[in-house]
Parts: sequence; structure tokens; C-alpha cells
Amino acid sequence: MELIFEISKAGRGAAEISTSDVPVVNIDDAIGKKYLRRELDLPEVAEVDLVRHYTTLSRRNFGVDLGFYPLGSCTMKYNPKVNENVATFPGFTGLHPYVNDESAQGNLQLLYEMQKYLGNIFGMAEFTLQPAAGAHGELTGIMMIKKYFEKKNEKRPAILIPDTAHGTNPASGALCGFETVTLRSNSEGGVDIDHLKSLMTEDVAGLMLTNPNTLGLFERNIEQVAQIVHGKGGLLYGDGANANAFLGKARSGDLGFDVIQLNLHKTFSTPHGGGGPGSGPVGVSAKLVDYLPIPRIIKTGNGYNWSDKFPETIGRIRSFYGNFNVVVKAYAYIRSLGAEGLTHATEMAVLNANYIKEKLKPYFDLPYDRFCMHECVFSGKRQVAESGVHTTDIAKRLIDYGYHPPTIYFPLIIPEAIMIEPTETESKETLDTFCDTMIAIANEAKENPQRVKDAPLTTPVSRLDEVLAARKPDVCWKKP
Amino acid sequence: MDYCPHTPDDIKQMQSAVGIASIDELFADIPEKFRVPSVLNIPAALSEQETIKVMSGIASKNKLPQFTLTGAGAYHHFIPAVVGHIVGRAEFYTAYTPYQAEISQGILQAIYEYQTMIAHLTGTEIANASMYDGASAMAEAAVLCAKMSTRTKIIVAHSVHPEYRQVVNTYSWANGYTVVEIPYASSGQIDLNALQNELDDKVAAVLVQSPNFFGVIEDITPLADAAHKKGALLVAGFTDGTSLGILQPAGASGADFVVGEGQSFGNPLNYGGPYLGIFAAQEKFLRRIPGRLVGATVDKNGKRGFVLTLQTREQHIRREKATSNICSNEALCALAAGVYLAALGKNLRTLSELNVYKTHYLKNKLLQLKGWKEVFSAPVYNEFVLRCPDARQVNEKLQSAGVIGGYELQKNYPELENALLFCATEMLSKEDMDRVATILK
Amino acid sequence: MSKQNPTDRQYSRDHEWIKDNGDGTAIIGITDYAQEMLTDIVFVELPEIGKIVAKSEPVAVVESVKSVSDVFSPVGGEVIDVNKKLEETPELINQDAFGEGWIVKMRLRDAGELKTLLSAADYEQFVKEEKH
Repeated sequence: MELIFEISKAGRGAAEISTSDVPVVNIDDAIGKKYLRRELDLPEVAEVDLVRHYTTLSRRNFGVDLGFYPLGSCTMKYNPKVNENVATFPGFTGLHPYVNDESAQGNLQLLYEMQKYLGNIFGMAEFTLQPAAGAHGELTGIMMIKKYFEKKNEKRPAILIPDTAHGTNPASGALCGFETVTLRSNSEGGVDIDHLKSLMTEDVAGLMLTNPNTLGLFERNIEQVAQIVHGKGGLLYGDGANANAFLGKARSGDLGFDVIQLNLHKTFSTPHGGGGPGSGPVGVSAKLVDYLPIPRIIKTGNGYNWSDKFPETIGRIRSFYGNFNVVVKAYAYIRSLGAEGLTHATEMAVLNANYIKEKLKPYFDLPYDRFCMHECVFSGKRQVAESGVHTTDIAKRLIDYGYHPPTIYFPLIIPEAIMIEPTETESKETLDTFCDTMIAIANEAKENPQRVKDAPLTTPVSRLDEVLAARKPDVCWKKP
Repeated sequence: MDYCPHTPDDIKQMQSAVGIASIDELFADIPEKFRVPSVLNIPAALSEQETIKVMSGIASKNKLPQFTLTGAGAYHHFIPAVVGHIVGRAEFYTAYTPYQAEISQGILQAIYEYQTMIAHLTGTEIANASMYDGASAMAEAAVLCAKMSTRTKIIVAHSVHPEYRQVVNTYSWANGYTVVEIPYASSGQIDLNALQNELDDKVAAVLVQSPNFFGVIEDITPLADAAHKKGALLVAGFTDGTSLGILQPAGASGADFVVGEGQSFGNPLNYGGPYLGIFAAQEKFLRRIPGRLVGATVDKNGKRGFVLTLQTREQHIRREKATSNICSNEALCALAAGVYLAALGKNLRTLSELNVYKTHYLKNKLLQLKGWKEVFSAPVYNEFVLRCPDARQVNEKLQSAGVIGGYELQKNYPELENALLFCATEMLSKEDMDRVATILK
Repeated sequence: MSKQNPTDRQYSRDHEWIKDNGDGTAIIGITDYAQEMLTDIVFVELPEIGKIVAKSEPVAVVESVKSVSDVFSPVGGEVIDVNKKLEETPELINQDAFGEGWIVKMRLRDAGELKTLLSAADYEQFVKEEKH
């Protein structure tokens, strides 16, 4: 398929610019030749060709609206259309962020209520909706932890991170100047309590814990974990990427978390957009409220206002107020589901994951045979041993059957990992057909391994040479 | 209303397959003392119709202006109809990050095309798939420069957007860097002498913006030379991408990194977000830059295809050694920008010129008002600063007429008393601007 | 199957090999087993000439598509040469880890440190144990 540059032809154009209704000015004189660019090389395509180009591209893409997306840790649930619609109301899309607060009372109310709802759902004292994504929220959360100890004049250079953690966790820690120390998991996939006891000293700022963890397992010893960390004056950070597992079952604040980040584009159904925009709200306990990023919303008798007057804040972490339009969709989701809908979502998500686990466990190695939460992790090592077929081959073969593959090779502690998170918006029939397909591929791996290794066979391109892409990077098209 | 397809019968069958009598058993790992009966203190569920009514009610509490004279980092530009239609296609917006390249060629190619257009516009050789916004893009560039050089001082021009400077301060504090600001000269451009005085061998990066917060166009070349002489890198930012339609890009004038806000390219004002962080760099930084990168390659049959490449820079591989933790970015906003730029094509220049005409018209109209004076002498693109007798009163008058006035600079620049920052894009008509003059007469 | 580990050199537990030139200098690379584990190498970050490293400190970085690995210097010393061919053809490490795929040449600070390293046989045993 051609690039937009390859279908470009001089003299064509899609968007026409209105003629000026004000006097034309000599640009060379007005600005000065030295500040002006000489070349402007952008595509020239007619609107029909433009639309065909992008529409064809869209048909080479897979989304939740097309099929099942069992990506562990990503919570690819259905994106409700009513939320998409309400987000296009001009009242939400049309305001400049610098309008006076009086003119934005609807938006301010929405943000304020969203903060309160999240606070209630997760048992946290306050939330900020500023971070643009989960990783951004993590960074914000770790910054607040850093500030907390700065204010107490305590030097705590280290932060503990389990070996099952997502890469953003150590990256966020390092970006705030923390030394990351790896915490081992026990044979059940939870925190190794003895190791935690030995690592948790007064040089340690705290522990970054994902709960349920990336194995889909709830930390059974959470109370003890929190006690150990708090006992040495540390703080407990919760990576809330897996929040879909416990809405209405437990609250992060009750479990002892001092700061958590959420992903609205996971748990709260906003679309992934092919890689964003998302939104990563951060909730804190009373200990950390003063350090929240600015600006923050104040509610008075007269309504809502933005305020910067928080002397202990970590500061700004981005421009303006957050990914507002994404928050609108999540707000609509919370309002339409209500308490019962959110609780039911978690119940069905966890039921779906356990159902898949039971159906597939005779065919794939299951490192932890206990009730999982919203996702289950298998290992493809049996298939590797039997026929040399790797997890990546199984994933690519699933594509031929119309599925997006599950998360693979994560978490790192499981060899040939296959992490499956169905979410609650999938029917029993979808799960049954998916399991049948996985079983069929497991059989095919035994009977005709080469076919699996050659997969995918039905896509516009076959397996791509990632080695070439990394050795000889081509990230910008050049005219031949 | 919820989206779970499960019938009571489904649930019964599934429970039986899992070997449980009730759903509660699946949550047994949660210690009893922490269990809650359900989500608490959230309003009751709503039907779709009720949801629309509630959301509509909230939206109507906002007051949309007739038009706005404020830019200051977010710009009201015309968005061609095609953008919304493309970005609204479910195959794009309900897709995940394109790690499985074979079923994501659509978004991967679209982002490759976006990267190409941005690199060209910014005068650089590489652009990533997006950052969160202009402010954090600038902050991440500063952090990268410091990490690459192991120097710990960052110089920022005072004429960079106040919120961008605040974000740079936050990221610098987190990493233990020092930030020093340099003033602007009476022309409105950066005081080059002040920069040269501040530069030493501890400086990792110099951060500037062009056009700057006052709308003034900076002369990048001498700034880049000064920085490079002392072994520092130059990061040039921008807030209105349409400026690149006619202005010489900083990347071609010596900037090492060009970062900025891409909201102007096809993304609505959206009350501040989601926006689009643009991050572009010279080729030599390819293996160090943060964010996702789409690369062209071939499949096993020699057919051209696209993949996320050089992922070893990123957090999921490099973990604590990564120079950024960015994961999800603003892909759909980048797609919108790509469609916008492809739709306008060379007409981006015409659009930018139109912005210049409108700006001149508005400026001249306002300068005819009694007591209004120009503040800076250097050339501008589509924003400018004027001093008036009473800025607060001016904006109040305009507000009563349903118009958003200029940005009051005094709150960030106390020395600029009664100075207002105005913006005129193609969205302002001659009638709008004449009306402003009438209201303020 | 990994190539045989040559007996004319020593090995570290981080899968580097070091070949003593007998004149106070030595050449360092990674083993064939290491390159197999890394799979296709796409980039090698070579150190600056003159860089001083201590024993077990990182002296270079090797990247494959899916991973990044530090190359730890088995001994302390100064980098006096690097294999520039790896800039264009990092795959030399995959093709010939013990020969054309050498990474850096060092001037040894203390030749005695070589004694603390593993012989080819010891290294083979170490790898066998690691696999279990």
C-alpha cells in the first residue's frame, strides 16, 4: 500500500483556505525574510484520495469493535458509544482552557465530582486528574513520595519494586532519583514477606505494588505488607492498572495504599486510541494531599474555581488541566454504570478470567493453579519443549483466527508467558470459541508446528523483520 | 446500564465450570476485614437516555464565547471535516498500542507518515509518535539532555510559556537538576548577553520557545551557537504548530531538539486536553529519544511494512535505565494531526499567511484605541502584546459582550502591568475584530 | 548449539570472554552462548577510547530487538581500541562471537585479576548449571 507522499501530486489539495477578508500584508516585510522558511513539503492530495487512504489504513487495523482483545493488564473492555457521543458536546469540546472559571462551571463540576467518585470507589482522600496516562500518574505519585520525605528531612534513596512489575515502575522510580531494589516473589506469586522484611529499612521510601499483581493474583498478605512498609515509616504505592479486578470488593485506601494511580483507558472504558490519549488519575491518602500537583479545584458557595495556592505542591506536571475529554467519557461511564454496574463489571471480569483458566489449563502450563482475579497467566513452555513452537508463534497464529493475541512475554518471571485478560464485556460464546481456538492451536503445534511458526498467514503483511527495523532504522520517509 | 452480556444461565454454567457456587468465592483472597459489599457512594445507574440528559445538563452550565482573542498555548483553528471522520473510525480509536504489527499496519503507517511530516516541519530528521503535551515534551527533552551529558544545569528563557517552565521545574526538581532563567530584552526576544553570561560547562540544555509566549519570533541560530560553544544542547519549543507553515523551523537553525504543542493540528480546544506533545530531534539522538517510534521494514516476502522499533529505549525493556517512563501517549491526537496536515498540505502556508494578515489587522485596530501601545518591537506570528490603560476593564467589557479577551500577562510577568497577549487566527472574521474595536471604544 | 568455548582465553560469570595478548593488553567480547540468548543483535554502544573501568563495571552495551545487556569488563583497565566494524555490522557478534565479533581492547591495570576468572571448562560447567 502506498504512503500518502507516494500518492501526492503537485497542485492537488483537500482543505481549501478561505480568502482573506482583511488586507493582505507583505510577509517578507512584516516578519523578515530571515525568519521565513523556504520549503514546505507536505502531501498534496484530493479529499477523496485522502479519505480513501485513511479508510484503507483503518481496514488494516484491529480494534475492540472488531474482535476479542484478551490483552493481560490492558483491560480492553468495550468502549460505550454513548460516552463517545456526549464527549462531542460543544460545551465540552469548545472551551479554551483559559476562559474564566465562571464560564466553565460545567467542566469544573464534572472534574470535581469525578475526583470525589474515584475517591469513594478507591477509598482515597483526594484525587488529581492531571496525569495524561498511567505512567505519567506513576511519575506524579513517586514525585509526591519524594516530596513527602524531603519535607520530613529523611534521606530515603531506595524504592522497592517486585520482580513481576511493569517496566514503568522502575523507570518512574529512577526518574525521581530513586535507586530501585528488586523484591522477590514467593512460590505463590505474592510478595516474599521475608525478603520484604529484610529489604524494608529506614533508607527505603517505600514499595511500589501492583495489586492484584501482574500474575492476576491478589496479594493475600496485603495487611502484613502494608504493616511492614509503614512500620519503617515508608509509603505504599499502588499501581492501579489492575483495578478492574476489585471495584466494589475492596478499596485501595483500606488496604493500606498511600498513593495509587489509575488508568481511565483501562478500568473506566475510555478508548485506547491506538496508543492514547489515556488518563492516569492519582489518588492519595491524607498524608500526601498537600503535595498534589496544581492547579486544584476549590469548591465554594459560589461554585468551583481553579487555584494554585498550595505551597507544598510538587508543582505542575503538564499544561492546563489533564486529558479533559478523556475524563468526560470516564465520568459518563461511572454515571451510567452506577455503583451496581461497576461492581457487576468486576464480578463478571473475574468470572470470565477464571472460566478461561479452567478451560485452558489441561493444555497449557499454569504456573499458579489457584483462583485468579481478572487475568490469568499461562506459560507456553510445554509447547516449546514438545515442538519448538514458542509463545510468539501461538500469538501470531491467533491472529489468523481473528483474535488480537494476549499479552506475551510478560511478566518476566514466567518463561514464555501468555497473559489473558478477557474483561467483563465478553460473552460466554466468545470465551468458548477463543478457548477452542487456543486448544486447536496447541494441537496444531504438535501436529504441524511449521504452520504455527509461519503465522500469521492471512494478514496484509506477514511477520515483519524487526531486526532490520532496529539495525537500519527508517523512521522518516525520504523522497527517493 | 452495563455492558456485561452474561445471562443468569451463562453465569450458572460458568460458575459450575469454575467449581464455585457463588461469585463471592472468587474474592476469597481479599481478607474479610477489607471486603466492601459494593462500590460505595456513587449515584445510581442511569439508562442511556438519562446519561445523555445528565451530561447535557453539565455541558450547558458552560458558557461558550462567540469568539476568543486568547491563544497562550491553546489555539482555535479550523478543523476540516475529514479529520473527525477518520479519527472516529472504530478500527483506529478502539485499537490498542500496535505491538502486534501485522494487525496494526493502519495506525503504524499513519504514524510513520505523521513522524515524517513533523520531522520535515520542524527541520529535523526524526520525530517520535507523540508525548503528552508541549510542556511535558519540553521537560522530557531537558531531562534527556541532562542524562546524556551528566551535566545538571538547565537554562530556560523567561519568555517560554509559564506553564511549560513550571513543568520543567517539577521534572528538574525530581531529578535533582538546577534551573536558571534568563530574561528577555526590550525587543521581546531573548537577551543573548544574559544567555552567554549564564552558560558554563555545567549546562546540559538551553530551553527556548519560538514564537515565544509573547508571540515574538526568536533568532535561533545565535542561541544555538552560544549553547554549543559551551557544550550544551538547544531545545526549541513552540505552542502553535501552524507557525511552522511559514517560519524557518528551529531544527534547520541549529536546535538539537524541537518540541511543542500539536493541538493546532486538527485537535479541538477540549478545555485543555487531550493535546499532543511533539518531540523531534537531530538524527544523532535516534537511539536515546523517549517515546514510541514507528519504523519501516519488510516482511518475510519482501513487502514493505511498519513496526514499533528501537523499543530497547523504552521502559518495558530498559526499565530503570530508561530516560523516560512514557508508555501510552497521544496516538489518536497524532493521527488527527497527520490527517490535518495531509488535508492542508501546502495550504498550511496559506493558512499561516492568513493568520498573519488577521493578526496585523487586529493589532492595528487595537492600536487605534486611546492609550494602547505596542510593547515589543520584534516580529510576531499570530500573537502579540499590547499595553492598555486598564487590562482588567478591557476583558470585563469583552466578557460582557460574550467575547474572551486577551491573556493578562501581569499574573506571570508583574513587570508587564496592563499588558495583554492577543491571538488572531483564521477563525476571527473582520466583523469580529471590528466589533472588538467598537466594544472597547 | 553454542560453539565450543575456545581454551585460549578466560571467561566471566556474566558471559564475557577475555583473551590476554601477553603484552599488558587484552581483548574482550561476549560468548557464543550469550549471543544465542540475546538473539539478533541490532546495536552495540561502544565506549570512548581512554575510558577507565574497574573489574565488573559496564564497558559497553549490546542491544537486541527485545533486550538490552551491559557488557561487564572482566578486569580493570583502560579502553585502548574498539571494534568499529560493529557500528555498521553488529551482527558480527552473532556470527563470530569469539573472533570478528570482539568488542573492546583494554590495557590491563592488574594482570593478576585474570587469575580470578573461569577457564573454558569452568565456564561450560557454569552454563550447564545455569540452564537448570
